Parts: sequence; C-alpha cells; structure tokens
Amino acid sequence: MTTMTIDEVNYLAGRIRLGLSEDEAATYAEELGELISFIGKLQEVDTEQVAPMTHPLQMINVLRKDEPVDVLDREEMLKSVKEHEAGQIKVPTII
Amino acid sequence: MTLLNKTAVELQSLLHNRELTVKELTEESLARIAKLDESVQAFLSTNESEALAQAQALDQQPLEGRGPLFGLPIGLKDNIVTKGITTTAASKMLANFVPVYDATVVEKLREAGMVIVGKLNMDEFAMGSTTETSAFKKTYNPWNLDHVPGGSSGGSAAAVAAGEVPFALGSDTGGSVRQPAAFCGVVGMKPTYGRVSRFGLIAYASSLDQVGTITQNVEDNAMLLQAIAGLDPKDSMTSPQEVPDYKAALTGDVKGLKIGVPKEYLGEGVSEEVKKAVQEALQKFESLGAEWEEISLPHLHYAAEAYYVIATSEATSNLARFDGIRYGYSAEGVHDLEELYARSRAEGFGREVKKRILFGTYALGAEHHKDVFVKAQKVRALIAQDFAQAFEKYDVIIGPSSATTAYKIGETNKDPLALYANDVLTVPVNLAGVPAISVPCGFADGLPVGLQIIGKHFDEATLYRVAHAFEQATDFHTQTPAIREGK
Repeated sequence: MTTMTIDEVNYLAGRIRLGLSEDEAATYAEELGELISFIGKLQEVDTEQVAPMTHPLQMINVLRKDEPVDVLDREEMLKSVKEHEAGQIKVPTII
Repeated sequence: MTLLNKTAVELQSLLHNRELTVKELTEESLARIAKLDESVQAFLSTNESEALAQAQALDQQPLEGRGPLFGLPIGLKDNIVTKGITTTAASKMLANFVPVYDATVVEKLREAGMVIVGKLNMDEFAMGSTTETSAFKKTYNPWNLDHVPGGSSGGSAAAVAAGEVPFALGSDTGGSVRQPAAFCGVVGMKPTYGRVSRFGLIAYASSLDQVGTITQNVEDNAMLLQAIAGLDPKDSMTSPQEVPDYKAALTGDVKGLKIGVPKEYLGEGVSEEVKKAVQEALQKFESLGAEWEEISLPHLHYAAEAYYVIATSEATSNLARFDGIRYGYSAEGVHDLEELYARSRAEGFGREVKKRILFGTYALGAEHHKDVFVKAQKVRALIAQDFAQAFEKYDVIIGPSSATTAYKIGETNKDPLALYANDVLTVPVNLAGVPAISVPCGFADGLPVGLQIIGKHFDEATLYRVAHAFEQATDFHTQTPAIREGK
C-alpha cells in the first residue's frame, strides 16, 4: 500500500489554494494513498513506443477570423460579483 | 396514464390537431414534478412562471414552421448554464449563481421551441456515479426508492423514468449519461466527442466531457440529439462534419450487422443477471439477422486507472476558476487574498470534489508528471487504438452499460475504489471519444438493466438504428415504474 503523509497532502492543498482542516488532511492522506496504489497498475503497461494522447480528435489549428462580436454586458456580469466599484472587482489586501 | 407517456411524434400530432396546447402539456409536466418529486427528488429547481409564459407564447405561433420538438417540456442537468436561471452544478460553490448567458445547447433548444421546466440534480460538479455527492439532496430511483438513480446525471434519468419530463439533457465524462439511463430504464446517448457543443457546460474534464440526451425511447432521443448537435464557433473542438438525419436511420434493419462483444465486458465483476440480459439481447440481434463474435480489447483492463488520472488532472485545472472573487461562493471575514482563496474553496467544495482535485494536483505535479499523467495519456492512446482496430471489422461493440443494477442508497460509501472500478464499462468510450448509447434490455429484482452499444466516431446514426431495432423487437421500453402510474 502506497502511503501519503499529512504533510504531502497539505503541500498539494497549498498549491491549489484549498484550505483543509487537520481531520480532512488525515483522511485525504489515507484516501489518496489508496488511489495512488489503485493507479499503480498503469505501470504494468508497456508504453515505450506510444505517444501520449492529449485529445480524442485529431484537430489542428482551429482558427476563426478576428471579427468583433457581441460580448456579455459588464453590468450584467457584475451582478455575480460580491464587491465592485466603478466597474472594477474589489479583492482583499494582496500585499 | 399521463400525456407524457406519449412519444414526441404523438405529442406533436396532438398539438398540430389542436387537441392539446403547449400550456396544457407544460402544466402536466409541472404538476407531475410537484407530485412525484416529493419522493423522487430529481429536480433542484423548477422554472414554473417562465415556462408557463413561454408555453403561452408558443401556443400563439402558427402551425407552419414548428419543428418536431416544438412545445415539448425538457429538464436540464444543473451543470448546463441557463440565462437568468440559477445553475449550481449541485455545489455550494454555485448555490446562488445566476448565469448571464445560455449554453449553446440551451440556445438550440429554445430555437426548437422546447420548454425548459427545471434544473436537475447531479453529483457535485458531475463527480460521482450515484448523485449522492450533490451538496443539496439525494435523488431516488423511481423503480425502487431504496436505490440510487445512478450518476452523475441521476436527476435527468430519474425525471424521465418517473414521467416528470419526456426529455432531459445530461453530461457524460465517464458514463454519467449511460449509467443512470441504465439504472433508471431509459435511453441515454453519449455522442462522439465534438458532436455537441460544450460551450456553457460547466467543465469537469475537458477532453472527456460531452452533453448527452436522455429520453423514454430511441426515436425521441434521435430527435433530441438532432436538435443540439453540430458545429459551434464557441467550442473549437466541435466538428464541422455534417449532422446526418438521425430519424431517417431508424429503419429497423440490422441484417448483416457485425457486432463485436469484448470479453472484458462480460468478465469478472459483472453480475450474473446483467450477463444473462446481455446474452439474451445478443440472441435477439441474431434472430434479427445480425452476427456477433467475442473479441478482446486488452487495454480496457487499465481504463478506470487511466480515466481517474486524466479526469482528476483536468478537473484540477478547470476548478481553479472557483476562487471566491468573480462569482460563486465567497468566504466572509477574510483578511487577505490568500485566505479568501483557501477558505472560499474549503467551504464551497464538497468532500469528493476536494479529493479529486487534490489527486489531480498529485498527478500533474512535476515529481509525478511523467510516471502518472503522461503514462495515463499513453495508456489512453492504447485504449483508443483497441477500439479503432475493433471498428475495422465490426460495425458496433456491445456490452452492458453497468456491471450491476442500481446500488442501494449509501451502499457505495464504504468502498469508493470499488465504485471507481465499476466505471470500467463506460470510461473507455470517453477516453476514445467514440459515441455510445444505453437502452433497456431487461430487469433483475425489479431494477432495469442497460445494454451499451458503442459505435465509430460520428456514427451515432448506426447506434440509433441498432438501438431502435432492438427496442422495437422487445418490450422493455414499454415497462414503467409503478410510481409513474400512480400505483
């Protein structure tokens, strides 16, 4: 059984800005360890000569003309924003 | 007996002959939701006043120019954004989110004159296969309320099975349309990746996600896909390939059809009742003039593992947008930006979502990237190759949609890995990007069994032809849950 430590879980959570309680970190350490064992089976497959598949369809350079179109209304969009001022979104102290 | 037992063609004929109005039909759907959803709990919200107003307006439109789905009610999985209608993805993160635009599929449904009666429950951000990870409520299987409807589009399948709506849209990232369709005894189609626009579908895993159609019968399903399929400049992965006439494909003729049956689909873990129902279905196809052979798709053995790596990695990236700033849940009383991010995400996301994005972070991390993420992408290529080789010889591949019938409520909490492993029958289709449909093919202990028919890229027409021929030769689709008939 592969194991993951609580420190490792907290490191992962920090990278994706996800707050975790101590209990959660302990639970996820166990569950992620199990998941890592679960996917371990992939190592059995010989993929030496295989190119990774990033997408189900082979589509290359899907382009469109750079023409202006209607965009969403700013006032409408700002209705979803908790705090805004003069058309700008307000956030807490950054530094 | 409800009006909603009728097919789209029958309903359209009633509307056309002025024997029924769109308003009456909408009222019937809303009344059934009000009554049956006390026990089924398929809907997260209904859109009553807007739906009735739309229905009245539609009744004023001339008969000429009405399409085949005009005036018919539909429910939408709550990860499909609807302008002015709260769209939650069954997450606390989006509990109060009111989109300012419609998904492309919603625009197309509106153009077709369909009436959106409400939004349907699902696993949070489509992460689950029982609808139990919804932040708001559980949905119950209309065939037996002690069982789950499947997931993640559990609300969509349950609502159609209960006769609350004759049409629903779901989304399928790893089986989320086909498995609940199988559990609820309805028809569910996962189209080819790129056949239907994903613009306005709240993303889970972008290289796997596809909007799918859930209906009571194959013909209705073909008509619904017809309405939503096609190129969309807002989703650069949609295909410019022409959308064929799906209804014209329903000829009932499967003579000479070549069916491949992967032994991996009838192996360990698949219940005896499910195997028996699939074997009987294959005999039925034989009697209709089709031929089948056992084949092997050896890399399916690794599909669930490859799927979980790829899906969680893409989810980690997609869910990064939920930061508590522009929209969605935002934590109160924070001191700085870092705390706002961490607490909004801690308080807004549920348990399964956190687990999956943590695992995706592990898989994408520089330390494991090559051994985990890239390895899974390579295995994905081998799985796609298995399908491509099989389709050189066979027209369709057939197996069960799920290894068992619907689980009991709460049953799968004990062993989440077993639940992940159960996805092995559905996830290969998403990894390869091919289409697949689930149609009812039997019952075990009063719960439906689903037959999965898998096709070549952009060959939904053949899937509809085969599914329809089977449906017309059997009577499974005419059986409905007792709750539906008010018993």
